[in-house]
Amino acid sequence: MIMNMDSLVFLIISAFTIASALGVVLSRNIIHSALALILTFLGVAMNFFDLGASFLGLVQILVYAGAISVLIIFAIMLVMKPDSAATNPPTPSRDTHFIGGLLAWLVMIGVGMAIGLTRWPAMASEPAEADAVGTLATLLLGNYVVAFEAAAILLLLAAVGAIILAKGDENP
Amino acid sequence: MLIQDVMTFSWLIPVLPFLAFALIGLFLHRWPKWSAACSIAAIGVSFFLSVLIAVEIFGGDPGRAFEMSVRWLEMPGLKVDMGILIDPLTAVMLLVVTTVALLVQIYSLGYMEGDPGRASYFAYQSIFAGSMLGLVMASNFGQIFVFWELVGMCSYLLIGFWFGRPSARDAAIKAFVTNRIGDFGFLLGILFLIIVFGTLNFGELAALIPDYHNLAVLLPIAVLLFFGPVGKSAQFPLHVWLPDAMEGPTPVSALIHAATMVAAGVYLIARAFFIFSQVPQAMLLIALVGGFTALLAATIALVQNDIKRILAYSTLSQLGYMVMAMGVGAMTAGMFHLRTHAFFKGLLFLAAGSVIHALHGEQDIWKMGGLAKKMPITTWTFVIGALALAGIPPLAGFWSKDEILLGAFAGGYTGLYLLGSLVAFMTAFYMFRLIFIAFFGVSKGAEQAHESPPVMTGPLVILAALSIGAGFVGSPWMGNVFGLYISTPGAVHHPVNPTIMAVSSLLALAGIGLAWLIYQKQAVSAEKLRQRWPALYHVFLNKYYVDEFYAWLGKVFVDAGARVLEWVDLKIINGAVNGLAYLTGSSGRTLRYAVNGQVQSYAIWVMVGLVLLLATVLKTVFTVLV
Amino acid sequence: MIGLNHYLLLGTVLFGIGAYGVFAKRNAIAVLMSIELMLNAVNVNFVAINRFLQPAAGMGQLFAIFVIVVAAAEVAVGLALIISIYRHRKSVDLNDFNLLKW
Repeated sequence: MIMNMDSLVFLIISAFTIASALGVVLSRNIIHSALALILTFLGVAMNFFDLGASFLGLVQILVYAGAISVLIIFAIMLVMKPDSAATNPPTPSRDTHFIGGLLAWLVMIGVGMAIGLTRWPAMASEPAEADAVGTLATLLLGNYVVAFEAAAILLLLAAVGAIILAKGDENP
Repeated sequence: MLIQDVMTFSWLIPVLPFLAFALIGLFLHRWPKWSAACSIAAIGVSFFLSVLIAVEIFGGDPGRAFEMSVRWLEMPGLKVDMGILIDPLTAVMLLVVTTVALLVQIYSLGYMEGDPGRASYFAYQSIFAGSMLGLVMASNFGQIFVFWELVGMCSYLLIGFWFGRPSARDAAIKAFVTNRIGDFGFLLGILFLIIVFGTLNFGELAALIPDYHNLAVLLPIAVLLFFGPVGKSAQFPLHVWLPDAMEGPTPVSALIHAATMVAAGVYLIARAFFIFSQVPQAMLLIALVGGFTALLAATIALVQNDIKRILAYSTLSQLGYMVMAMGVGAMTAGMFHLRTHAFFKGLLFLAAGSVIHALHGEQDIWKMGGLAKKMPITTWTFVIGALALAGIPPLAGFWSKDEILLGAFAGGYTGLYLLGSLVAFMTAFYMFRLIFIAFFGVSKGAEQAHESPPVMTGPLVILAALSIGAGFVGSPWMGNVFGLYISTPGAVHHPVNPTIMAVSSLLALAGIGLAWLIYQKQAVSAEKLRQRWPALYHVFLNKYYVDEFYAWLGKVFVDAGARVLEWVDLKIINGAVNGLAYLTGSSGRTLRYAVNGQVQSYAIWVMVGLVLLLATVLKTVFTVLV
Repeated sequence: MIGLNHYLLLGTVLFGIGAYGVFAKRNAIAVLMSIELMLNAVNVNFVAINRFLQPAAGMGQLFAIFVIVVAAAEVAVGLALIISIYRHRKSVDLNDFNLLKW
């Protein structure tokens, strides 16, 4: 079995991503979880680069690893208790762990089987041409302009809603 | 004047009273005087137009008729027109209705003086006049039914006019419900007509029916149509509402329950005579029902003590006469009697109203007595009306009643002729029993009585003149003008028979004489007669127990049915509803524990759903692959 | 040779880890982070399918962008909710958030 360069790169990136994801879920310190989440985002971004979607990889780094992570860490800071060691404990109930784990495994096995059973149409061996950004721009401002506008409004509403929710009552 | 000119405006005749009704209802009801003026003005103009139409119609050929109509609605299998038909029959009815309505409304000015509900009284009078005129001018069965129901509604409103009295309320409801039974049959008959002939227009039906020989269809149609007159003209067995209808104001009794509305049934038979005359069995049924009603009501009237009830039973009896005339084929005689009866019975009711007005609501004839000196105009007009009703020549009632008896005799219905003569004798007797007790004899508690104002006596005098003179148009001396115009192909007419005239006149005189002997001269004691036939007396006094029988029927069948349905409603329907509510409630109580407020438990259920969905998809995929 | 299936399996594993995190954590912010993991798994699938099946169309990447937008909005609102609740209950433990129950 030949282990070529592409496969090696994929395996390393995947292992890194999955390991950081497990870190998010298993860490007992919420700060550590958040940092592991940033690593996961970066791993996914590397996957995007590997897949030839370099623009999306950049967006992933900017939006997720940059903005969302900072937002989450801010929120953690706002609500953190003084003893930071027990900030992110697992649910005490064993049953919940068991059921949650079982369901997660069932989903993974089921989707894995579905993937294995699927007959894909002809695969493209070549990655897309370099100008993916141009294609995306044409789509966003062409056929999908309505969805684009809707997404813009959604973001606006989310921003307003977040401000109102976080501000709380005038007279508590 | 050209006929078209008058006819073009004939639609105003029913519309004007309707307009008066709307005007009073919307604007004038605060000012009773203006309401009355508006109502009387409207019926006055209608009366004037009716006279013009009568002049036109009776100035021309007998077969003359005028019809115009507009399409009201049309759909496959059903065409309904709104239209007016004016032929001699309509013209006569128009004259009768507008004359009596106008006089009664003028009379009401005096009778209803000071009543708080005067404005609505005149509004009801107007809508009644409009509906009745619309009924007689209708050109098809559909339209006649609409107005038929409208006059029924007005009758209901006016019977229950003094709705503060429980008896008036009950009487109004009784009239409405009883009429409903008849109207239901009438409506079924109309539907039958549409289904079979596809049209409701009188002219078109009259052209179609003579060629239609399927008696199995015509007989039910005729019998069902006859249900309408049975209800509206209060024939046996639906006669029970009319005596109770006397709870309304007396002018209402005169107009609606004596002269016009109750005669609408007779008018309908005359209008639809082309159908009835094709079905001999239906004609026989009509004749028998009419004759039986005439006899039944006359016997009851013999022993009643309430002045209005005596007149009500007399009306019933005379309506039976008219229906019987229709049944024996003497349609002309029936219509003739309708016309004269409208005048003299209207007169009798209005005169009775004058008495009741003077005695502040007293209606028991035994508490009157000696009124002749105090109320001369009322008394003598009443006597004229009674003479006309009894059939004393040469007053109006003599000619019309004689025509009916002649029709029955010459048509071969000897039994009905004898019955009619007996009823004529009884009519004369009970009317003069009333007169001798109430107007002559010794005064009993009626000392303060006084003559009514001119606004009330004026109509009495006019009606008295009509009661005397209205019969001559049908008399042989005048060449029987009436019969020349009012006739249809199915109606028969017979030459004058002097014997019958003489016999009926003698019978009437005998009745009057007997009443004089018993109640004035007191040669024969009424008390003794009563004791001699107590069973007969009580049967008459209690109106043959028909009301009690109906009450028993209602009790047995309706109440039992109601009890069964109550059980069904309480146990089964309520049970189903309550059971459903209990099921919903208990399932809610059980399932609410699933909503425990823990977000993660909800997420678990979402994931379980995802797994199940996956399993389903995979199972399908495996099935396809294997 | 690395193909589509490998990337899809990576997405599946990420999704599974995220799902487990949603069930197993008590801290609301941690649950929110787990949801982000699941969304990222979806993005990986979108991009991989785009790369291997229709590289020229760019639709997968487009959808991934929309997912990122929605995820950003969701995080903003979700964190605002958590802070709002924290102000009342002085806690971010999901077991304490049981106002909406029977």
